[in-house]
Amino acid sequence: MVSPRTSTSESHPASRLEVRKTYKLFIGGAFPRSESGRSYPVLAPDGRLLANAARASRKDVRDAVVAGRAAVARWKAATAYNKGQVLYRVAEMLEGHGDQLAREVAEAEASTIRAARRAVAATVDRLVWYAGWADKFAQVAGSANPVAGPFFNFSLPEPTGVVGVLAPRASSLLGLVSVLAPPVVTGNTVVVLAGEERPLPAVTLAEVIATADVPAGVVNILTGRSAELAPVLAAHMDVNAIDLSGAEQPDRAELNRLAAGNVKRVFASDDDWTAPPTLARLRAFVETKTVWHTVGC
Amino acid sequence: MPPQPLGTARAARAFFGDLATSDTALRQLLHGLPGVDQAGAEARAAFLATRSVKKDSKLFALELAIAMIDLTTLEGADTPGKVAALCAKALRPDPADGDVPHVAAVCLYPDLVAVARREIGDKGVAVAAVATAFPSGRATLSVKLADVRQALDAGADEIDMVIDRGAFLSGCYGQVYEEVRAVREACGEAVLKVILETGELATLDNVARAAWLAMLGGADFIKTSTGKVSPASTAPVALVMLSAVRDFADATGRRVGVKVAGGIRTAKDAIRYLVLAYETAGEEWLHPSAFRIGASSLLNDLLMQRAKQLSGAYQGPDYFTVD
Amino acid sequence: MTLEYAPAPESRDVVRIEGSYGLFIGGEFVPPLSGGSLRTVNPATEETLAEVSAAGPDDVARAVAAARAAYEGPWGRMRGGERAKFLFRIARLLQERSRELAVLESLDNGKPIRESRDVDVPLAAAHFFYHAGWADKLEHAGFGPSPRPLGVAAQVIPWNFPLLMAAWKLAPALAAGNTCVLKPAETTPLTALLLAEVCQQADLPPGVVNILTGAGDTGAALVSHPGVDKVAFTGSTDVGKEIQRAVSGSGKRLSLELGGKAANIVFEDAPIDQAVEGIVDGIFFNQGHVCCAGSRLLAQESIVDPLVERLRRRLATLRLGDPLDKNTDIGAINSRVQLDKIRHLADSGDEEGAVRWSPPVTLPERGYWFPPTVFTNVSQSHRIAREEIFGPVLTVLSFRTPAEAVAKANNTPYGLSAGIWTEKGSRILWMAEQLEAGVVWANTYNRFDPASPFGGYQESGFGREGGRHGLAAYLDV
Repeated sequence: MVSPRTSTSESHPASRLEVRKTYKLFIGGAFPRSESGRSYPVLAPDGRLLANAARASRKDVRDAVVAGRAAVARWKAATAYNKGQVLYRVAEMLEGHGDQLAREVAEAEASTIRAARRAVAATVDRLVWYAGWADKFAQVAGSANPVAGPFFNFSLPEPTGVVGVLAPRASSLLGLVSVLAPPVVTGNTVVVLAGEERPLPAVTLAEVIATADVPAGVVNILTGRSAELAPVLAAHMDVNAIDLSGAEQPDRAELNRLAAGNVKRVFASDDDWTAPPTLARLRAFVETKTVWHTVGC
Repeated sequence: MPPQPLGTARAARAFFGDLATSDTALRQLLHGLPGVDQAGAEARAAFLATRSVKKDSKLFALELAIAMIDLTTLEGADTPGKVAALCAKALRPDPADGDVPHVAAVCLYPDLVAVARREIGDKGVAVAAVATAFPSGRATLSVKLADVRQALDAGADEIDMVIDRGAFLSGCYGQVYEEVRAVREACGEAVLKVILETGELATLDNVARAAWLAMLGGADFIKTSTGKVSPASTAPVALVMLSAVRDFADATGRRVGVKVAGGIRTAKDAIRYLVLAYETAGEEWLHPSAFRIGASSLLNDLLMQRAKQLSGAYQGPDYFTVD
Repeated sequence: MTLEYAPAPESRDVVRIEGSYGLFIGGEFVPPLSGGSLRTVNPATEETLAEVSAAGPDDVARAVAAARAAYEGPWGRMRGGERAKFLFRIARLLQERSRELAVLESLDNGKPIRESRDVDVPLAAAHFFYHAGWADKLEHAGFGPSPRPLGVAAQVIPWNFPLLMAAWKLAPALAAGNTCVLKPAETTPLTALLLAEVCQQADLPPGVVNILTGAGDTGAALVSHPGVDKVAFTGSTDVGKEIQRAVSGSGKRLSLELGGKAANIVFEDAPIDQAVEGIVDGIFFNQGHVCCAGSRLLAQESIVDPLVERLRRRLATLRLGDPLDKNTDIGAINSRVQLDKIRHLADSGDEEGAVRWSPPVTLPERGYWFPPTVFTNVSQSHRIAREEIFGPVLTVLSFRTPAEAVAKANNTPYGLSAGIWTEKGSRILWMAEQLEAGVVWANTYNRFDPASPFGGYQESGFGREGGRHGLAAYLDV
């Protein structure tokens, strides 16, 4: 394996051999290898080997969903203020890992380091934007409903539960965070399938998340073959919703059909990740709960 | 009887005069108690946890907590050897320092009472037995009473009984009450602690109701938990129970004690409970006759913190005996 | 011996107080051009803490000009997302320097360290954190697709929550894109000056926040300065009326958060122990120096005696004394002037036939102190039942029916807040409908959150602070 870093990095004298990182899965706050023991080569667009990534199995998907489900109650119960602080903390930590991520994004996407730095900066800002929604979304999406009668009636958004996310294939960090943050900030836990060809920034993001006060199991990130794993996630009966934005257009219909098995909420879009986001993803993974209460002395 | 929000005193007096023990009568009494607002109770308990106890008061509190301990072993693997070691620790918690008070009691299963009685003799530490089909309470009344009598015959000074949570939760208050009464009678002079197992009662309203039921039935202490159910003792639960014994004392003139048990492992936790007792029920409860802490590993932490208070240096566990 | 809490004083060493302070204008501390100076004292000891500048008209003009320049310069041009990050920075700096701020607040104000540590400072940080998130989301706040800021905001705040009120004022104003000239209260300027230092550490562009210390005349000069677009005031109703007159016809936008005489209404089916806590919190939190204090206890007649009995027992456990002691519940009255006012009104209670009771407490010899006090035998016409005392004095009245409770609660020119204690949900909502109050607490009292709008009806002022609604006070909507 020839990593460009060993040959070009200026920070390491030629006499020193670099210690490379093992890219692992992120499940329930831990970093296991795939239970299958498999890995797959991650190549740069020019064909160079960047690293071997863990190749998650169906059982890893199962384990990730179990971890996500176990984390739902606690994350949902966390105060909105606390959720906002946690997401903002992720942004802080991400800023600190900016150089590493920019290098990985540049390698994965064959972009210039300048463009990759812009992508990392945009990613941090996007997280900050979403962090601010934690204690505001209910104020925008909820309502007091003036029903005719002696009742107080209000509606509030609540998390739907465990959300499966197929991360965009092209935008390895900005796209990933753009699909990961909204279900998390609205109180869901997520099982993310990183883009198959460019998974390395996702693993580094997991390492950032693991050190940023995010409770274990709220974010789970798998790397592997989409064709193998996406249908498992889409058909899983304990997943409440799925974001298919990372699936190729031709595959979406079949994944959608599988998702119908337990009436998953399905969301898919082909966003320009560099454009300012809308509220669509915040609205996609919430249930609306309406409460009636009598009024009388 | 209409609900009487602050009428617990009147209600209790009415009941002591002519004790109607039907489910309906007891429901009217218990459901006439003032409600407990969970958010408010939790906030109050959290507030009291911020009280800072320092210097001489801390030493006093640590030694008081030691003297309040019911040093407990309630394992399937308990043996006479284990119990003998526990009794030695109870009588002289710190072999290196005779100024440390002995604990209030040892607490064990009935079949081991005789061993403890032999070890302790009349040296001032009480022998307490859990009884009445501890911890589940799932046995007939005759079995429960036999359990109690055997423990007393073997030399127990105190009985820790469990209430029938199933009966309580299904509204059979009369049954719960009668069981407490029957055990009370069987106990004679022995101290009766009634375990509410608050983790299974689920709501603070239920905790208050079960506390009153146990006190009306003749409990000398009301106790939070067996330690076998999670959550065990929590600060809000203790707060509600301490409020109940305070109100009961106001209503009847009888001071019922409180025993917290389950998951209390650090001196810091123990002192927080003392603060709760002090500020909720009052100073009269700061005595082993009115407040107990069921624990095992807590004792060594109290000893370590006490040594730290005296010497100024933080302690290590290897300097305190493991029994 | 029993469980006495030994003194557990918070160390003063964490704060550094300068001998004298300049004005914070254009990102720097500068000596005043006109005006003089003021001494700020520790109300618990009467020792002088520092000398601060009293801004005169020239200083006001300079500060307004600096704010205008920042508004027309970097701050006005800045994207919301970048403004947001400045506010997040300030929030984090307040969290980082929280102990310092808490100790300084207790020294200058007299409030217990437990409150400044657990309430004032964390809430101040939370206000910046919450509003930071709005800075880049204003188009979603419900005021149209691109709501505009107002310009330069003149903000005058009281002495009861010095840092927290500064945060309540600055955070929404900055989030909405305004620049600010803030005047802290005469007797409590120090945490605002530390906040100025925090703004420097956050690299906030010069002039975005300006802080002018001074007395009433500084405030008057500030709110009537023609270069100001918006006036926000928290304080007494009397001064609020003066300000409303002063800005009338000027086109300046105005929001006022004024006095109150809130009813804390306890029904016979209340969760009684929590109600007692809520009554204590309602009137003795911050020595009763709270505009929304639950100063009128309205208890249902069937429970009034046992409730007062429980309350007395609880008050006997309150600990009055050194504000820096972590176990202190009741601190010092903020100033001699305020102490005199409280004494005067309490004396009027005696004269009008109410019955005064306080738990046995020893008041320190130096400093400004007033014991927690409960008046029973109070009728609706007594001054102590009608006028805002702004001190640790509770008046107890009774009612028989929900309708009577509402009538008595609403029988005041104020309308800031109210409390309801009952286990019956439908009654809570019915009462909430009937009460003329901007904030209604049910089975709790004195809760504050940046996401929750706060403000009054009638003579308690207008405009809201906090929540989505609070943004409206700083947007051109």
